[in-house]
Amino acid sequence: MSITIKDVEHVANLARLDLSEAEKEQFAGQLNAILKYAEKLNQLDTDGIEPTSHVLPLANVMRDDEVRDSWPVEKVLRNAPEEEDGQFRVPAVLE
Amino acid sequence: MSVFDLRLSELHNRLQNKQLSVTELVEHSFKRIAETDGEIGAFLTLNEEGARKEAQALDARLAEGGERGLLFGVPAGVKDNIVTESLRTTCGSKFLDNHDPIYDATVVSKLRSAQSVTIGKLNMDEFAMGGSNENSAYRAVRNPWNLERVPGGSSGGSAASVAAGQVYFSLGSDTGGSIRQPAAYCGVVGLKPTYGLVSRFGLVAFASSLDQIGPITKNVEDSAYVLQAIAGHDHRDSTSANVDVPDYLSALTGDVKGLRIGVPKEYIGQGVDPQVKERVLEALKVFESLGATWEEISLPHTEYAVATYYLLASSEASSNLARFDGVRYGVRADNPANLLDLYRRSRSEGFGPEVKRRIMLGTYALSSGYYDAYYKKAQQVRTLIKRDFDQAFEQYDLIIGPTAPTTAFKLGEQVNDPLTMYLNDICTIPVSLAGVPAISVPCGLAEGLPVGLQIIGKPFDESTVLRAAHAFESQAGFRDLRPALS
Amino acid sequence: MSKYETVIGLEVHVELHTKSKIFCGCSTSFGAPPNTHTCPVCLGHPGVLPVLNRQAVEYAMKAAMAINCEIAEWCKFDRKNYFYPDSPKAYQISQYDQPIGQNGWIDIEVNGKTKRIGITRLHLEEDAGKLTHIDGGLGSLVDLNRVGTPLVEIVSEPDIRSPEEAKAYLEKLRAIMQYCDVSDVKMEEGSLRCDANISIRPYGQEKFGTRAELKNMNSFRGVQRGLEYEELRQADILDGGGEVVQETRRWDENQGKTFSMRGKEEAHDYRYFPDPDLVRLHIDDEWKTRVRASIPELPDARQARYIEKYGLSSYDAGVLTASMKLADFFEESLEHTSDAKASANWIMGDLLGYLNANNLELDAVQITGQGLGEMIQLIEKGTISTKIAKTVFKGMLETGKSPQKIVEEQGLVQISDEGAILAIVDSVIAANPQSVEDFRGGKDKAIGFLVGQIMKETKGKANPGLVNKLLMDRLKG
Repeated sequence: MSITIKDVEHVANLARLDLSEAEKEQFAGQLNAILKYAEKLNQLDTDGIEPTSHVLPLANVMRDDEVRDSWPVEKVLRNAPEEEDGQFRVPAVLE
Repeated sequence: MSVFDLRLSELHNRLQNKQLSVTELVEHSFKRIAETDGEIGAFLTLNEEGARKEAQALDARLAEGGERGLLFGVPAGVKDNIVTESLRTTCGSKFLDNHDPIYDATVVSKLRSAQSVTIGKLNMDEFAMGGSNENSAYRAVRNPWNLERVPGGSSGGSAASVAAGQVYFSLGSDTGGSIRQPAAYCGVVGLKPTYGLVSRFGLVAFASSLDQIGPITKNVEDSAYVLQAIAGHDHRDSTSANVDVPDYLSALTGDVKGLRIGVPKEYIGQGVDPQVKERVLEALKVFESLGATWEEISLPHTEYAVATYYLLASSEASSNLARFDGVRYGVRADNPANLLDLYRRSRSEGFGPEVKRRIMLGTYALSSGYYDAYYKKAQQVRTLIKRDFDQAFEQYDLIIGPTAPTTAFKLGEQVNDPLTMYLNDICTIPVSLAGVPAISVPCGLAEGLPVGLQIIGKPFDESTVLRAAHAFESQAGFRDLRPALS
Repeated sequence: MSKYETVIGLEVHVELHTKSKIFCGCSTSFGAPPNTHTCPVCLGHPGVLPVLNRQAVEYAMKAAMAINCEIAEWCKFDRKNYFYPDSPKAYQISQYDQPIGQNGWIDIEVNGKTKRIGITRLHLEEDAGKLTHIDGGLGSLVDLNRVGTPLVEIVSEPDIRSPEEAKAYLEKLRAIMQYCDVSDVKMEEGSLRCDANISIRPYGQEKFGTRAELKNMNSFRGVQRGLEYEELRQADILDGGGEVVQETRRWDENQGKTFSMRGKEEAHDYRYFPDPDLVRLHIDDEWKTRVRASIPELPDARQARYIEKYGLSSYDAGVLTASMKLADFFEESLEHTSDAKASANWIMGDLLGYLNANNLELDAVQITGQGLGEMIQLIEKGTISTKIAKTVFKGMLETGKSPQKIVEEQGLVQISDEGAILAIVDSVIAANPQSVEDFRGGKDKAIGFLVGQIMKETKGKANPGLVNKLLMDRLKG
C-alpha cells in the first residue's frame, strides 16, 4: 500500500491542515517510509490477542454527581483570540 | 562547587542555620541562567517575579519557624508542557505562544505544597515530539557537555538545565523516552515512573496512554525526593493508580545483594555503539561487585516496539492536538475567510513539521478502513511487548541496559530523517509501552559524552529501581560528573 | 393511498438530568449566562482530563433497562473526532462499539393496534455547546455551558412505517424517560432531540430505498410534519423517474419544508478509537440489580393496570399514562373518590382541554388530584351539580383552592330543599302561562324553557333532578 498525494490531501483535510505542495510531497514520502516500516508488525500473528489500551487494569473510575464552582468568565475568555458578549467569536457557521 | 551540588539535607541545614536563604538560592538560579542560557537555551519563560515573591514568603516562613516542605526552597524548572496558572505555557509550540493558563497541573500544586520554587518553564520539542529538542519552535537546546551536540529530547531543556546547574532539579515528561534519553545525553538522572503513579492532570497530552511526568535530578537521592513529592493518586486523573506511595528515601539502602538482573540481548545488540555497550557491561560488573547477579535475557518483541509506538502515539496525538483549533485559546490566523480557513491556517501556521507529520500519520492510521490494520494491530502488539516484560519479571527483579544506543549526536545530524531519529528510542520505547518504571543514571563517558544506564523495574516498584540506581551511583563514582561549562 | 412504503428509523438524544456534567463538576442547569458553567475540563483546555459521573452511568443504565435493552457487562468510551466550534476538544466522548445497552424494544399504539419497535442501541455520550449566529452572517458566537451535559443516544431499528408511528414512538420514549426520572425530556429546551432517517420503497420491495437524514425537528408535531413532507418529496422524485439522493436535510418549521444542508457533502470519517483518558466500565450483576430496582412502574404496565382495575378503555388509559404527571394526578384523585371513570373523564375532557387550549403543562396550573377527587365526591353527595362542578373546576384550575372552599366562598351549594324549589316552580309557572299551555298542548320543548327559568332564578344551584321532578308533578298534576 502506498500513500499518494491525494491520500495526503484527504488526511490533511481530516486533520484541518493546509499543506504546501512541497510538504505534500515530503509527507507522502515520509509517511510511506514509516508505514512501510510499520508493516513489519504483520510478521506477527495477533489473532486472539487482546488489544492493550491501558497498561493498568483499572475499571469503574467514577466521581459522585456533585456540582463544583465553574470558572469566572474573565478567566474562561482570557485566552480567547476573539470574543463578544461573553462568548467566543468565530467566522459565521453556516448550516 | 555550586550550591546546587549540595545534598538536599545539607541545603536544608544551611537554610535552617541562616547560612543561606531561599532568596539566595533563587537568585543563584537566575544568575546561572543569565550566565549560561544564552548558549544552552533551556528556558522558554522565566518566573522571575513569582519566584522572588515565593522565595521571600518562604524565607519569612523559615524565620517564623514554620513547618518545612519536602522540597523547601529548592529552585525547580518545569517542562513547558506542564500547565502553570498565569505562567506562560507553550509546549514549545508557536500555537501556544501567548497561552496564559487558567489552572495549575496537579504536579505543580504538589511542588507548591512541597515548597519548591518554580524558576521557569523549560524548552522542549514541540508538544514533546522529538528526541533532540531541535523541534522546539523557539530554539534548539544545546548540550552543556558539548554545545555542538543535542541535549536529547523531548525534555531537552529539563535535562540541560539540571546539567548546567541552572536549577536544583526539573520536571520532564516521558512518552517514549523523553525523560530518560535526554538525562542520559546530559549526564543526569531521569526517572520515568510507572504509568499511573504521577498524575497527568495538567500535562498537555501527547499520547495519553504513555505520557508520564518524572523528575530530572543530579543524583538518585534527589530523584527519590522529587518522586516522593509528586507521586500519588489524583481524583482528577481517571488513569491515576490508587496505590499507596512508599517511602522512597528509606529504600536507598545501598544494598543490592541478591538482586537478579536481566540484560536484554536486544538492547545491547546491533546498532548499539560499542563504547556505550562497554560502559553498560562495566556497570554490570559494579552490580556484580555489590552482590547482584545478571544474565542475558530476551525480550523477543523489542524489534516491533518502535513501529507499535509510532502508530499508537501518533494516533492518540492526532486526536489530542485537535483541540488546538484557534477558537478558545492559542493563535488564530489573521482574517480567516471562513471557519474551515480559520482551522486550517491557524493549525498550519501554529504547528511545526514534526507535529504535522505525526498528526498526519495518526490521522491516517485511524482513518476509515485502516483502523484494524494499524491502530488495533499496534495495540495487540503492545500486549505482546508487555508480556515480554511480565515474563522477564517473573524471574528477574530488574532489567538493565543502555538508555540510548549512542551518546548525544550533533545538532542537525538527524533532523531530516525521521525514521532514523525514531530508532534512537529503541531501548526506551518498549518500557513506555509496558508502562513500567525506569531510571537513567550516568555510567561514565564515551569520547567525553555521558552514557546513561537504564534500570527498569516492575510496575510500581520504583523503590527497587531507585535502590539499585543509588547503590550503583554510590559505588561507580559518576555522581559528581559535571560538564566543563564555564 | 401511496404506492410507496415509508421506512423510518429514529435517533433520539435524551439529556440526563444529573446535577453536574458528565466529565466535570460544572452545573448542567439550563439558562445560565453564556460560558458561566464552564471550567478548564469542559472548555477542553490543554492538559485537562475527564472523570466520569457515576450518576450519568446509572441513569443511562436505567434508561436502557426501561427500553428492554441488554446491558453490557463491559463497556468503554471512544472518541469521535470532528472539528466544530461547539466541540471544544474537537472530539466527542461517546461509545462506539460497546454501548451500555443493545437489542431493546418498546411497544407503541397506533390506530388501536400495538406495534413493537426495535431499539438497536443506547449509548452514553457528552453534549456539545451552543452556537448563535450574528445577524448578517458576520460571525457566530460560541457558548459552552451545555458542553458535557450527559446524553443518551437511542437508535431505533428501521421498524417505523409512518410519521404517525414515529410520533407515537417518540411520545412513548419520552414517557418512559420521564417515568424513569432520568431526564426532563423537554423538546423546547432541547433535553429531548430527534433526528430521523427516512426512505421510501415500492410495496413488496425488500431493499430499502435511499434515505435522507432529517434534522432540526424541534417539536413532536415538527417530527410528524417533517416526515410527512419528506415522504411526499421522495415519492414525487420517484414518480418523476428520479433518484433520491442520500443527504442530510433540515426541517424548516416556518416554511413547512425540508432543505438540503450545505457543507455536509464531505463524507464523515470520525476516526473512532478508545479514549485513553478513561478506563473501562464493568457492570456486574449486583450493580444491574440495584439500578433495576430503582425503575418504577412504566407506562405500559400502568396502562394495563388502569384497564384492569378501573375498567378504563385502552385509549383512555393510554392518554392518562402518556405523561407520568398526569397519571400521578389521576391516582391522587382516586384517593378521594372511587369513581375512576368520572375522574378520567374530567381529566381528559376539562383538564386536558384547558391545558391544550392554553398551551400549558400540568405543573403550570394549580389544581391537584386531591381537589378533583373531592369535587367528584361533592357531586356524588349531591352537594353540587355537574353543572356547578364546571365552575368549581375552573376555580380550582385558576386558584388551586379546595372544591369545598370554592363552593363555600361562591355560595354554590346545590338547593335540594323540596319546599324551596317548589315555591320557585310555582312562581315560574305562574309567570309563564303561555309555556305551560304549549307544554300541555304537546310541545315538549317548552319544558326546557321552564327549567331554564327555574335554574336562572336559583342561579343554577337548584338540584336539576329535583327541579325536573317537581315541575313535571305540577304540570301533569
